[in-house]
Amino acid sequence: MIEIQALTKYYGDRKAVGPLSFSIAKGEIVGLLGLNGAGKTTTLRILACDLLPSSGSVRVDGLDVVDNPDDVRARVGYLPDHPPLYDEMTVAEYLIFAAKIRGLTGAEARKRVDEVTISTALRSVRDDVISTLSHGFRQRVGIAQAIVHKPQLLVLDEPISGLDPVQIVEMRELVRNLRDEHTTLISSHFLSEISQTCDRLLVLRDGEIVASGTEEELSTRLLEGGSIIVTVRGDGAHAKRLLSTIKDVRSVEIVGGAPHASITTLRVDAPRDIREDACRTLVLADIGILELTRSERELESIFLTLAQPDGRPENGARA
Amino acid sequence: MRNALLIAGRELRSYLRSPLGWIVASAMLLLDGLLFQVGAMGGAKLSAQVLADFFYYMSGITMVGAIALSMRLIAHEREKGTLVLINTAPIRDSEIIGGKFIALFTFICGVTLLTAYMPALIFVNGRVSVGHILVGYAGIVLLGAAAIAIGLFASAFARTQVIAAVLGAAILGVMLLLWMAAKVADPPVSSFVLALALHHERQRAFMNGVLRLDNVVYYVAVTYFFLLAAIKTMEARRWR
Repeated sequence: MIEIQALTKYYGDRKAVGPLSFSIAKGEIVGLLGLNGAGKTTTLRILACDLLPSSGSVRVDGLDVVDNPDDVRARVGYLPDHPPLYDEMTVAEYLIFAAKIRGLTGAEARKRVDEVTISTALRSVRDDVISTLSHGFRQRVGIAQAIVHKPQLLVLDEPISGLDPVQIVEMRELVRNLRDEHTTLISSHFLSEISQTCDRLLVLRDGEIVASGTEEELSTRLLEGGSIIVTVRGDGAHAKRLLSTIKDVRSVEIVGGAPHASITTLRVDAPRDIREDACRTLVLADIGILELTRSERELESIFLTLAQPDGRPENGARA
Repeated sequence: MRNALLIAGRELRSYLRSPLGWIVASAMLLLDGLLFQVGAMGGAKLSAQVLADFFYYMSGITMVGAIALSMRLIAHEREKGTLVLINTAPIRDSEIIGGKFIALFTFICGVTLLTAYMPALIFVNGRVSVGHILVGYAGIVLLGAAAIAIGLFASAFARTQVIAAVLGAAILGVMLLLWMAAKVADPPVSSFVLALALHHERQRAFMNGVLRLDNVVYYVAVTYFFLLAAIKTMEARRWR
């Protein structure tokens, strides 16, 4: 669906993207991950034909973005980081306008607007003026305008930015529901969020891809294990001792729990993936495992390791 | 053309739904009325002179109104982030610029039409030809179109509305004052510079009810030139 070969984009003398090469198959949901200034938005704008590349080849559904921009635009739905909304219009008027400028007739546009207001849960506000909508609804309207013409490729630039936790869950569900009809490329700088929505991740740093794969593949390859969180029922101190005996374990610490219910939460740190060993050890000792997960801090470690050479956020990163 | 009309329709509705459109229209009509009463109708004059003075004042107000509204056409959308919606739709840049121009031109024509009662008042105590009125209005409309095109180019070029307004006003000012430059130049340069002046000789003919083809062609050419410049500016911005 997307084939990018040796793409570069310069703003004056400053290189924003490239050389960048990747491809995305039809029906995939792919996440583009990187810190601010990594080149995510520039890459997405080129795919949406809002910008032209400095060099390289960008093809959408076999069509070159430089040679056939209008044909590409008709196949792409784009939600920029700030939804492009006309505040004085109602939701329905705006979506009908967005559909018509993508080539739909009046009747087709009205029919599609009925459908997308249902699929994006906008029915209750379809006659409301956009300036009166909350941030979450505005983001939904942004997605609705991107899908109103049934594009083959959906390009979403940080769709969860600024949303509250409930809205994030709803947005994640919405994006997942779109997978049957669209190939989707989503950018974000939240690994924890994007990894739950996407089939595959592309990590961008200084305009180049530094890693790709699933979250599991990335963490295995880069961290070779890391921290896990284990919640057990029973003697926490005993569990700690047992976990410490597992080969390669560096440290075990009790990080929480509910002593009155004999529940203890432990963090186990090791240079390799020891989840299987931990399970076996605790089960053989007849200690009940209530939960065993990768540490959330782990996700951030993966991200920082990938996004920054020294693993620390860079001050003054460009937008 | 369909896309240009879609953009024009949305733009025109936005004028009518925002205070800015009503404020500019009201201010233009108020100033037209005041200057007609105080300036054009002041003192003993021939009816034709009253009409010529009315068109003179109105031409200035139309130019200011056109620049005030055109500054926002592209720059405002760029500032608000809505330009990306039409930039990523399968629409040519010429349709975007054409649509914006049609919208503001329609608005300015509408406001101009609402002043028609003023020339009609001349008939109460005087006599002017309908042809003089029509030619005068044709001059105003053509001048308005040129001013909109200049403002639209400035709006496509500038990052913000304020810069667009300053740039548009500067271009308009230079084109208005070319007749002064012509005074200090020697022939044939002076004739050439004078021919480029936006208002002085060109508009005077319309004010006096004289319809000349070269004046019409001049305003159409200025409008076309700046619309083309705006289209090319939009195209160039995608390469930046």
